[in-house]
Amino acid sequence: MLQKEIQREYYNKFVELVVEIAKWLGMYNSLPAIWWFIIASIVAALFFFFIIAVFALIAIYVERKVSGHVQDRLGPMETGWHGILQTLADTIKLFLKEDIIPAAVDRKLFILAPVIVFMTSLAVFVVFPFSEKFVVTELNIGILYVVAISTVVVPGIIMAGWSSNNKWSLFGAMRSAAQIVSYEIPVGLSIVCAVMAAGDLSMQGIVVKQAGGFWNWFIFSNPFTFVAFFIYFLASLAEVNRMPFDIPEAESELVAGYMTEYSGIRWAFFFLAEYGNMLAVSIIAVTLFLGGWQAPFPALEFIPGWLWFLCKTLFLVFVQIWMRWTLPRLRVDQLMYICWKVLTPFAFVCIFGGGLWQVLIK
Amino acid sequence: MSGFDIVFLFFAVITIGSAALVVFSKKITHAAFALMFSLFGVAGLYVFLSADFLAAVQIIIYIGGILVLLLFGVLLTVKISSITITTQSTQRIWGAIAGTGLFILVLTIIIRADWFIPEKDPGDIYFTQSRQIGERLMTEYLLPFEIASVLLLAALIGAMFMIRSEDK
Repeated sequence: MLQKEIQREYYNKFVELVVEIAKWLGMYNSLPAIWWFIIASIVAALFFFFIIAVFALIAIYVERKVSGHVQDRLGPMETGWHGILQTLADTIKLFLKEDIIPAAVDRKLFILAPVIVFMTSLAVFVVFPFSEKFVVTELNIGILYVVAISTVVVPGIIMAGWSSNNKWSLFGAMRSAAQIVSYEIPVGLSIVCAVMAAGDLSMQGIVVKQAGGFWNWFIFSNPFTFVAFFIYFLASLAEVNRMPFDIPEAESELVAGYMTEYSGIRWAFFFLAEYGNMLAVSIIAVTLFLGGWQAPFPALEFIPGWLWFLCKTLFLVFVQIWMRWTLPRLRVDQLMYICWKVLTPFAFVCIFGGGLWQVLIK
Repeated sequence: MSGFDIVFLFFAVITIGSAALVVFSKKITHAAFALMFSLFGVAGLYVFLSADFLAAVQIIIYIGGILVLLLFGVLLTVKISSITITTQSTQRIWGAIAGTGLFILVLTIIIRADWFIPEKDPGDIYFTQSRQIGERLMTEYLLPFEIASVLLLAALIGAMFMIRSEDK
């Protein structure tokens, strides 16, 4: 089966790459072979850390520029050509800042919280199929793994809010946790729609089943998956606390939510996690509904898959930024209304209708 | 010791170490957060037993569901920071009887039960269980599966009924 070949070929390729480098350096025989698997895993983690960091660097700049132009101003202009070095300067500033831990915080939990929040946003990246060749681990329960790992962020956020010993932080954490837990339901249900259309839980398997042009993408598979895509996209915005659902860190009400007491490098980790999540939900939406690395027309398959993947993902990221600066923030009760009375019932209808469609029409 | 053993030991230490922290910690929030690492370690051990589906479900249900509920319970408790939990041992005899009884019960179930061992797919590097679990749920265990789903649906509707606003 194609999928299993992909799995063996690409996981091993990643390990082989590390082994090749080790042999080249003349270090291969100094450690038992299994160690190179562990080292390959560490290299993979560092690689995705690098991807998230570079993405955040670019996305923050784009976000500031887009927001500027949406509001009829220019955005950053001073540092470099059209302010292109602005985020780099900000990053250097963040790294040089004093590491402040307020006296009244619960020290252990305060230090641990950003690590957990960032790790959950990093860990989902290992199963994403970036192209037909590049997947770090082709798990056969890929999408279930993504859903599972992203639930760990809730205790992390509560940990940050509680350990800060600050009422804004605690309110922000409670709101954030309530929001993420609620929106996990429409997210999970809309993912089920795509999984039912694919008949597979593996991320690469789902992409492989959408081959042969955009009419085979699961968003156009049947009317119910079409609706499910929009349910997923809206609910995932709420899950990563983006506008119009950024109630957990509403600046005018809660200072900065659960991150209020954080500064310097620890705050930078929360920020990186936020941008990592933005990228991750776009990748999930692209993989499940928009064909992943598949080209929209069979005639365009000469263009490499990763380029299609990159274009689709970055387009969804741009839509997220665009919506942030176009829509006003919702109230807490409106947020819960949308989740429980609009998105969840529609998602159930999508599962039911999608299932019927699979049985009766296909 | 191979690298495999080291990764296994890593998960075992996480599971048992944080389980000990849950029991002996004097702060209830620390105990609740330590439980997260313990549950996560158990999920890691499931992966070592080739039970990948179970590992993912363990994280979704225990960390994403039960632990979050527990944390909300802890955070909504009044004057939580002033409570110190006593961790000394009382009722040793009854505790020993209850503990041993539970251990024997679980052990009997483990030995007696007719465990379903999934068939290994030739050519695959590890067991792929999710398909076999799904097929069994839809054939052999359909009735328990449906009963559980109806029970959960009733709980969901009940929860919504309880929190609905009264002024309408």
